[in-house]
Amino acid sequence: MDRFFYHAVSLDKSLCKGCTTCLQRCPTGAIRIRDGKARITDELCISCGECIRVCPHHAKLADHDDIASMNDFVYRVALPAPSLYTQFHNLDDPNIVLNALISMGFDDVFEVSAAAELVSEASREYIEAHKDEIEGPFISTACPTIVRLISIKFPNLLPQLLPLNPPIEVAAELALKRAQEKTGLHRDKIGIFFISPCPSKVAYARDPLTVEHSQVDRVIAIKDVYPLLLAHMKAVSRTDYTEINESGKIGVSWGTRGGEAAGLLRDNYLAADGMEKVMKVLEDLEDQKFQELDFVELNACNGGCVGGVLTVENAYVAEARLKKLRKYMPVTVSRLQEDQRSVIPNTREVEYLPVFSLGSNMLESFARLNKAERIEKQLPGLDCGICGAPNCKALAEDIVKGEASENDCIHFLREKLHKVTSELETISKKLEDDPKAAENESMAVFREYFSAIKKDMSSLDKKSDEKRTNK
Amino acid sequence: MEDAIVLKYQVIDGEFQRAGEVSSDVKHKLKQMGVPANIVRKVAIAMYEGEVNMVIHANGGEITVEITPEQIKMILADVGPGIPDVEKAMTAGFSTASDATRNLGFGAGMGLPNMKKNTDSLDIETLLGEGTTITMIVKL
Repeated sequence: MDRFFYHAVSLDKSLCKGCTTCLQRCPTGAIRIRDGKARITDELCISCGECIRVCPHHAKLADHDDIASMNDFVYRVALPAPSLYTQFHNLDDPNIVLNALISMGFDDVFEVSAAAELVSEASREYIEAHKDEIEGPFISTACPTIVRLISIKFPNLLPQLLPLNPPIEVAAELALKRAQEKTGLHRDKIGIFFISPCPSKVAYARDPLTVEHSQVDRVIAIKDVYPLLLAHMKAVSRTDYTEINESGKIGVSWGTRGGEAAGLLRDNYLAADGMEKVMKVLEDLEDQKFQELDFVELNACNGGCVGGVLTVENAYVAEARLKKLRKYMPVTVSRLQEDQRSVIPNTREVEYLPVFSLGSNMLESFARLNKAERIEKQLPGLDCGICGAPNCKALAEDIVKGEASENDCIHFLREKLHKVTSELETISKKLEDDPKAAENESMAVFREYFSAIKKDMSSLDKKSDEKRTNK
Repeated sequence: MEDAIVLKYQVIDGEFQRAGEVSSDVKHKLKQMGVPANIVRKVAIAMYEGEVNMVIHANGGEITVEITPEQIKMILADVGPGIPDVEKAMTAGFSTASDATRNLGFGAGMGLPNMKKNTDSLDIETLLGEGTTITMIVKL
């Protein structure tokens, strides 16, 4: 495949111990332990952040831009994710956060929650107008990880993707337009900064599947902005700050599971969160299980965006805060203006990327699958991960692709050594019974066995050495 | 020609939660084979409907899937009550599912019709009190 696959997860090799934690938790099976370190298969990674979340050694890192990258631009606009508002204890007015962003050095702020209200309005119109044209419910395109997952694993569901830009892109487009009108600066001088709860949005900004190029220039992490913001918020709250907040209940609720769906103002929806549950829903959708629903909202993170790995606060606490914060907010503040409509539809059709194919054509893939099925039956089925693949099935597939060998399985190797040992025993008995006759033949066989054992043992040693040097 | 890939699955009576497992496994294998998406879709739907039927009506049973580069053959064998009137069972909307089953969202009477719609051939062998074997083929 010649397509370039970007993902927003990297590894600090010095911290990786080669344990099997991330291996077992990756929802697409994108990780292998090779040479004692976790390695990501680029085309399978959907930047969900699960490995970052579970790594006990903090060796998995989410790629994102530094706050210092603000210096790359003359005029900087901050796009705070709705989840940002949920990170602060006792925050009762988003205006404090927005003004603090300005006092931190941003020239303007455009709330993603405001753009989300426009997307909600456009989604209501779109679903009402087109619900009879597709089989089954529309699927949200707001979480880039979900779009990526569907593009590699659920091609049948591509026609059901809601063909509207996610709020991040709508916010970026409108923020850019406002900045250009206000400053007259060249595009290169204006920096659009998304303040992100997750690496998925980093992957989106650098390699979006639903537009050719995203207008988001930099993605910085909520966790990096947080300590700076706290100080500025304290100062802002003592002043007579300006009211710049442009979103209400519908907009800020996009930060948690069910928020986007609730904004459609129709009850016939499903909202799922967490990779495991999302996968199940997608499988069921493919089997046409939820044909009666109008809309399916899927969030890669537990709890929705507030559960992202670049946030600071516990997702459930964040959810509780959001409920409190939105209590006295108007339902919606931003309404779709005619001149904003052009930035709503997405401009690129999501294509199927068959990255799970075992071979380069159907016949080769069939032959490899057939072989993998047979190899898998020889493996112990323990899914221990010691071979470096997440489970026995994956090892069998790696073997047929020529990326691993059966001897990578220590259980298989042990069985093999036991077998050899017992055969050797039989031969030595034979030698005892009739030394002369058996001698010549047996010595040759002996040598063969010894060399086989030596080879297997050295491959075992190599494995445990790798483990040890990584400790 | 290569040997077929033969997969066998047990379907357990009344285990609604597990319906879809066979479909999901077969789907993944077809995607690994690089089978076109529309064919994966047909197999998935037919397979899932078949699984649900076995869970609801047939006291469970065994599913055998044979994959070759030419076709996917699905054999759903059960030792359930059998189908008294096959023609009627093939009618869209006809269902003998219990109220309890319908409350779970199943039993709309679209099982067999959907299986037929999504396969190139569907063959039903049934004997009252002995069981039913349904063989479906989707050509590649």
